[in-house]
Amino acid sequence: MAHNPQLNARGELQHLLSIEGLPREILVQILDTAESFAGVTEREVKKVPLMRGKSVFNLFFEASTRTRTTFEIAAKRLSADVINLNVAVSSQSKGESLLDTVANLSAMQADVFVVRHASSGAPYLITRHVKAHEHVINAGDGRHAHPTQGLLDLYTIRHYKKDFTRLTVGIVGDVLHSRVARSLIHGLTTLGVPEVRVIGPQTLMPAGVEALGVRVFHDMRAGMKDCDVVVMLRLQNERMTGPLLPSAQEFFKNYGLTADKLALARPDAIVMHPGPMNRGVEIDSPVADGPHSVILPQVTFGIAVRMAVMSIVAGN
Amino acid sequence: MNLLIKGGRVVDPASGRDEVGDVYVADGKISGKKEKADQTIDAKGLVVAPGLIDLAARLREPGQEYKATLESEMDAAVAGGVTSLACPPDTHPPLDEPGLVDMLRRRAKALSRARVYPVGALTVKLAGERLTEMSVLADAGCVAFSQANVPITDTQVLWRAMQYAATFGFPVWLRAEDRWLAGDGVAHDGEVATRLGLPGIPAFAESIALAVALHLVRATGTRTHFCRLSTAAAVDMIRAAKREGLPVSCDVAIHHVHLCELDLGYYDSSCRLEPPLRSQRDREALAAGLADGTIDCAVSDHTPVDDNQKQLPFAEAEPGATGLELLLPLALKWGAARKLPLARTLARVTSDAARVLGVRSGRIEAGAPADLVLFDPLEIWRVVPAALRSQGKNTPFMGYELAGRVRTTIVAGNVVWQV
Repeated sequence: MAHNPQLNARGELQHLLSIEGLPREILVQILDTAESFAGVTEREVKKVPLMRGKSVFNLFFEASTRTRTTFEIAAKRLSADVINLNVAVSSQSKGESLLDTVANLSAMQADVFVVRHASSGAPYLITRHVKAHEHVINAGDGRHAHPTQGLLDLYTIRHYKKDFTRLTVGIVGDVLHSRVARSLIHGLTTLGVPEVRVIGPQTLMPAGVEALGVRVFHDMRAGMKDCDVVVMLRLQNERMTGPLLPSAQEFFKNYGLTADKLALARPDAIVMHPGPMNRGVEIDSPVADGPHSVILPQVTFGIAVRMAVMSIVAGN
Repeated sequence: MNLLIKGGRVVDPASGRDEVGDVYVADGKISGKKEKADQTIDAKGLVVAPGLIDLAARLREPGQEYKATLESEMDAAVAGGVTSLACPPDTHPPLDEPGLVDMLRRRAKALSRARVYPVGALTVKLAGERLTEMSVLADAGCVAFSQANVPITDTQVLWRAMQYAATFGFPVWLRAEDRWLAGDGVAHDGEVATRLGLPGIPAFAESIALAVALHLVRATGTRTHFCRLSTAAAVDMIRAAKREGLPVSCDVAIHHVHLCELDLGYYDSSCRLEPPLRSQRDREALAAGLADGTIDCAVSDHTPVDDNQKQLPFAEAEPGATGLELLLPLALKWGAARKLPLARTLARVTSDAARVLGVRSGRIEAGAPADLVLFDPLEIWRVVPAALRSQGKNTPFMGYELAGRVRTTIVAGNVVWQV
C-alpha cells in the first residue's frame, strides 16, 4: 500500500484524513494539545494568536451547520481568518468539478482546507492535488471517517475515564453508515482499549466489521453489560423504514438507550452521542438529560480538539 | 503477398506445438508448404504465436469519441498483438439496430487493423424489456447477444430472450450480477469496503444471478458465455455446470487474476472496476480456474476512460480500465506465476477465445487466417501513459514493469504493426 498520505516525510501530521493509520503518539499529542486549549475557551478573551494571518477555508460539499460552526469557532479562537464555502449550493451545482473548485480556492492562498463531502475518500483526492504548504482536514467523508469527531470522543472518554487500557466501550446503532463509529473504533483500538463492542441489528453492520477489532452484539442487553462507555449513533430519518429497519419505534424497542438498559452498564458509565440526537429513537430523553450523559460536554471539548488539530497541522 | 516468418519460436496453443521454425503465409492464410516469399521477417529470438483474440474491448464508438476513437483503439489493439476483438453493445446508442452494427463494421474494416466482432444488444436500449431483432442483427454481423454491464432484472424477459436466441442458435453472453443486490455498491462487500466506507457488492450478487442463469440454460439449451467472473463461488458453479454438460463457457478480466480489494489502497480510482476487485481468495480461485480450464479465456475488458471521469471520489469515478495493450504481458505474468507452458498460457487468449467466438483464427495451421503476433517474451517495458496507444490511460498497472513486448502484428497476412 502507498505511503500514508496524512504524514509528511518526518512522520508528522500533514493532513488529518482518518484516525486509521495514525500512530498512538500523534493521537496523544492531539489530545494533550486540546487539553492545553481547554482553558482558553473558558477565558474572557477566548483567543490565542497561533494561526494569526492564516486562512482556513471551510469547504462543505455536504450541508452541515454544527460541524462547520465548531470548526469556525475553533479557527477564530486561533486567530485565523475563516472563509465559509457552502459548495453544495454554489459551484458544484454549476457543474464545476471538485478538483477545479479546490484549485480555484488554492489560488486564493489557503492554508487549511476543512472538507466535508458525501463521497468516501474525497479528501484523499483533494490531498493529492493541494500545494505542499496546504493542509486538509477531513470533516466527514461519506461513511468513511470523521476524525475530529472521533478525537473529541476520545478526549471525552479520557477526560472522564483517564485510562483507556481497562475500558469496555459499546457503540450502538447504525454502524453500517457511520463514519463516526469507524473513526472512534480506530482511535480506541490504537489507544489500547481492550474491548470495543458494536451493537445493532445485522442489517446495520458492515461486512467483516470484526476485522476492525470489535466484538459484534445483536442483543443490546448483552452488549451493554459492564460497559464503561456507551456511544449512541445517529440513525438517519431515511433509514428508519425500508429494507434495513421496519420502524423507528421497533428500533427504539430493541436498540434505544433507556434507563433500564443503561442499568446493565457499569454504575459510573458515561453516555455519548455525536448529535444531532433523535430523542425516542436512539435515546430516551431522561437518559439524554440524565447524570450519565456527557453529550453537551462533548460539544465543548470538540472546539478544543479542533483547535488542536488545526494548530498542529498548520505548524508542521 | 507471401510472407516468410523466419527462425522464430513458433507456439501454436491449439496443437501444443512449441519449436523453432519458419511460418509461411500466402494469400492471407497460413500456408502448409514452403512458398516463395515476397517479404521475409526475421523472428529470431521472438515468439511467433496466433494473434490475440480479446472477447471484450470497448472501442467507444459510436457515441463516446471523447473517450476514445476507433482509430486510437484499433491502434492500441494491434500494438498489443490483438488481431480480433469482440466489442460489447454498451455504446451510445447501444448496438441494438443493424445500421449501427453495419457502420461500426465498415469503419473498422476501413482502418484495416484488427478484426472487429460486434456483440449485439439482447434487449432494445439494453433496457431489459423488449427483445432486439436478433436475426437481423446477426445478418448485420453480430456474433452474439449481450446486456454488457446492464443485467436484465425481469427474469421473465431473461428467460424469453434466451429461448429466442436458442431458437436461432445465437450465443448469449451474460455478466452475472443481481442488480438489486449490487445496489449502489462500488467495491467488494468485505473488510476493505468496510474500512474505506464504500458501499459494497456482496459476492453472492454474482452467484445468485449465475444460479438463475444456469437454471435458464438448463431449461432453454441456450449456448451461454458468462463474462467477467469475479468470485470463487462462480468458478465452482461453472465447473459443476460444465461437468453436467451444460453448453456454457466463461471468461475473466485479466486484472482480476492479478489484483484484489487490497489494491484499492487509498481510494485508487483506477481500481474502480465492474465487477469490483474481490478478496484474495477470489483472485486465487480465478487464477486457478483459468489455469485448469474452468475459465475458458482471459479478456482485457478494455474500457478507456478520460482523466476527468477518473479524477473523482472513488464511488463517483467511472468504472473501467484500459487493457488492450496489457492483455499479453499480463497473461504472460499469470502464466509465469503458475509455471504454465507458454502454449497453455497463450491458449487462454488465442485458441480458447476463438472457440468461444466460433472463428477459425487463433491457431497456426495450414488454411487458418494468417493473424499472428511476434513478441519478445523477455523484453521488459514500463507502463507509462506515453507507452500506451489507447486514448485511455486509466489502468491499475500504471508504473508496473511488465515482460512481453509486441514487435510485429499481422492480420490476414498484412503487417499492421511493427516496432
